[in-house]
Amino acid sequence: MSSLPPYATTGQRIWFYGFRVICGLIFFFLIAPIITIIPLSFNAENFFTFTPGMLALDPEAYSLQHYRDFFTNPNWQQPLWNSIKIAPMATFLSVSLGTLAAIGLSQSHVPFKGAIMAILISPMIVPLIISAAGMYFFYSRIGLQGTYLGVVLAHAALGIPFVIITVTATLVGFDRSLTRAAANLGADPVTTFFRVQMPLILPGVISGGLFAFITSFDEVVVVLFVGSAGQKTLPWQMFTGLREQISPTILAAATILVSISVVLLATVEILRRRSERLRGMSPQ
Amino acid sequence: MTDNTAQTPSGPVLAADGRPLKASLNRALRAQKIRALLLIAPLLIFILITFIAPIADMLFRSVENQIVRDTLPRTVVALDTWTNTDEAPGEDVYAALYYDIFEAAEFRNHSRVGSRLNYELTGVSSMFRRAGRGVGRFDTDIYTDQFTALDPAWAEYETWTGLMDDDAIRAALPETSDAFDTWIHITIDANDDVPAEEDIEDFVFTALYRDLSNTGYSGSNALLSTAADAVAGFESVSLRDQFADMDEDWLDPTVMETIKVYSPSYTPGYFLTAIDMQLTADGVSAQPEDRRIYVTLFERTLFMSMVIMGSCVLLGYPIAFLLANLPTRVSNLLLILVLLPFWTSLLVRTSAWKVLLQQQGVINDVLVWIGLVADDNRLQLINNQTGTIIAMTHILLPFMILPLYSVMQTIPPTYVRAAKSLGATNWTAFWRVYFPQSVPGIGAGCILVFILSIGYYITPELVGGRTGTFISNRIAYHISSSLNWGLAAALGSILLAVVLLLYWAYDKLVGIDNVKLG
Repeated sequence: MSSLPPYATTGQRIWFYGFRVICGLIFFFLIAPIITIIPLSFNAENFFTFTPGMLALDPEAYSLQHYRDFFTNPNWQQPLWNSIKIAPMATFLSVSLGTLAAIGLSQSHVPFKGAIMAILISPMIVPLIISAAGMYFFYSRIGLQGTYLGVVLAHAALGIPFVIITVTATLVGFDRSLTRAAANLGADPVTTFFRVQMPLILPGVISGGLFAFITSFDEVVVVLFVGSAGQKTLPWQMFTGLREQISPTILAAATILVSISVVLLATVEILRRRSERLRGMSPQ
Repeated sequence: MTDNTAQTPSGPVLAADGRPLKASLNRALRAQKIRALLLIAPLLIFILITFIAPIADMLFRSVENQIVRDTLPRTVVALDTWTNTDEAPGEDVYAALYYDIFEAAEFRNHSRVGSRLNYELTGVSSMFRRAGRGVGRFDTDIYTDQFTALDPAWAEYETWTGLMDDDAIRAALPETSDAFDTWIHITIDANDDVPAEEDIEDFVFTALYRDLSNTGYSGSNALLSTAADAVAGFESVSLRDQFADMDEDWLDPTVMETIKVYSPSYTPGYFLTAIDMQLTADGVSAQPEDRRIYVTLFERTLFMSMVIMGSCVLLGYPIAFLLANLPTRVSNLLLILVLLPFWTSLLVRTSAWKVLLQQQGVINDVLVWIGLVADDNRLQLINNQTGTIIAMTHILLPFMILPLYSVMQTIPPTYVRAAKSLGATNWTAFWRVYFPQSVPGIGAGCILVFILSIGYYITPELVGGRTGTFISNRIAYHISSSLNWGLAAALGSILLAVVLLLYWAYDKLVGIDNVKLG
């Protein structure tokens, strides 16, 4: 597949290059929408398409005005701060509880393991609109609807499956004799955990945490229902912006979010390779 | 035949501390289990409270219907004896309704029960709202006037408490004692007043009149005996006519029938509405033609999810195939092109499509520039099904590529080579040897995309317009706009059941432990 043998027939040659062109088009479909909005966000006009000036690469046609708007307009700054306040708290909750549980789940004799796993994974499986509806009904009953705590708890619940999955995956390759050796050398369980086990599973914990963070940072359906105007997050503001008065500042916000995703993606990739190296698996 | 075990010392094997080894082992195992459970417990409790309880609450709400019984308790009981549903019920039912609505109006509950019943019969909501204002102005003040004219003591609070302290009188005047208790309840709890300082409401005298004229009074209380003798000559007022004066529809048997049908604490009514059926006194029947929307909506959701799933397979399979057959270095680079959209905010991708697909957007501009489309005839790509399908295929494509890729990586290339060396053409080798081995990946990807797609809300809401929306959009509408939470919960429960079924299939096919991220 990687290269064409010299004896290939014409038909095979056409197929070989045709297939690559098709794949190229699909990659274009995947990536082009995200790339297109980046230059559009520097548009000097309030348009959502390339102006003739932009196509001619006229510097006058580009400007940072939408970014200025994003960083000065309270309609965007308030949601940005709310997102920054909510996501780390939710991540902290999911990571601390999730890591403990993942360690528990990776022990050799866990009763009802299947059922417990199903319950812990369920927030990822249940459609968001159903989680949002249920949480809206239930949190109104117990007075959490429309509060900061309510949104944090809801987001933490949504992030937990990702932490469980990534951390249990890291623990699969964990060598138990290391903790036994530590215990043998006189370390108590807490010291063993923090000095031996934790450093080894840290890449998994961090990438689980990043998943939990992006889940909360990106989440809009649940916060729409569980939150109130005081907890308006960045995606929520984008959602209202797209639905009601679509302004090009959304593109500036989107570009900033894309940069954040690129950074997170790079981090997760690096961590995954490091974890595989630590566990003695071949790096991909 | 020699028995070796007979040679060893009898009795169980002992551990170092002298306990039987089996017991010792069990104890260690139990300790291990408890330790594992203790580690899991905090998270399990957390998820049970923050996630499972809300889902359970939603399931409960989809059948819960206590509001009618709680707000109109007397009417519900009175309607039990009403069997001839061709004509409006008798005076007793309207008397019960009078007390119930009076009490509900004082506690401002009447409009809630009105909106609840309005989901089943349009127009009931306004009837209840008007009744809440109207019951206080009924002509029942003539009873008050006639009783106080007979004996001014009837206007005194002490007279009443004296009578109501006597259990025999309470038993003889059931409706009156109930009405009097209700009045006390309203005065103290709804209006924050002291009963002794307030005038007794007309409905208590109405109850007294009805009790005395229905069953008479044979006890020894002089005041009541005099009143019982006098009521025959009293001027009376029909509560049924009073309701009819307020709104003719109160005499419509369907209204009463609706109250009766929806009086139990739990009802399948919401679920029936969710599948375009309705509950009537004669049993379950189909909704009228013009009110059938949900089955169509479910069908559309399933159909569009299938289309999205299909396009994801078509676009995802070549990519996964390419990635799995390129050298690792190249494929890792190309994988980033798949992972970047996967990691990019959903809102970003949706806004990108919203911008690109507009009639004045980039795609139409390009098509016009190429000359495929005339400038005055730009394509309508957004706010319809096309928009939803394009945007969601793009959003869910990584969820198809990643499982396919991980399955294809495990297919040994030697099989295809063996097939070719045995004389198979490229196509046969692919179709008969490679493809069957990649089917598990297709299955996993399809179920994953399908599960994600049927529950989608944001993208259809933003690019779907009127024809490209899913069942989730209807659920959201019922939660936040129409406030018909019961129906939202029923629609949600049906969707949840479908998703869980698919999830079960996914677990059987792939195993939930094999879910990989990134």
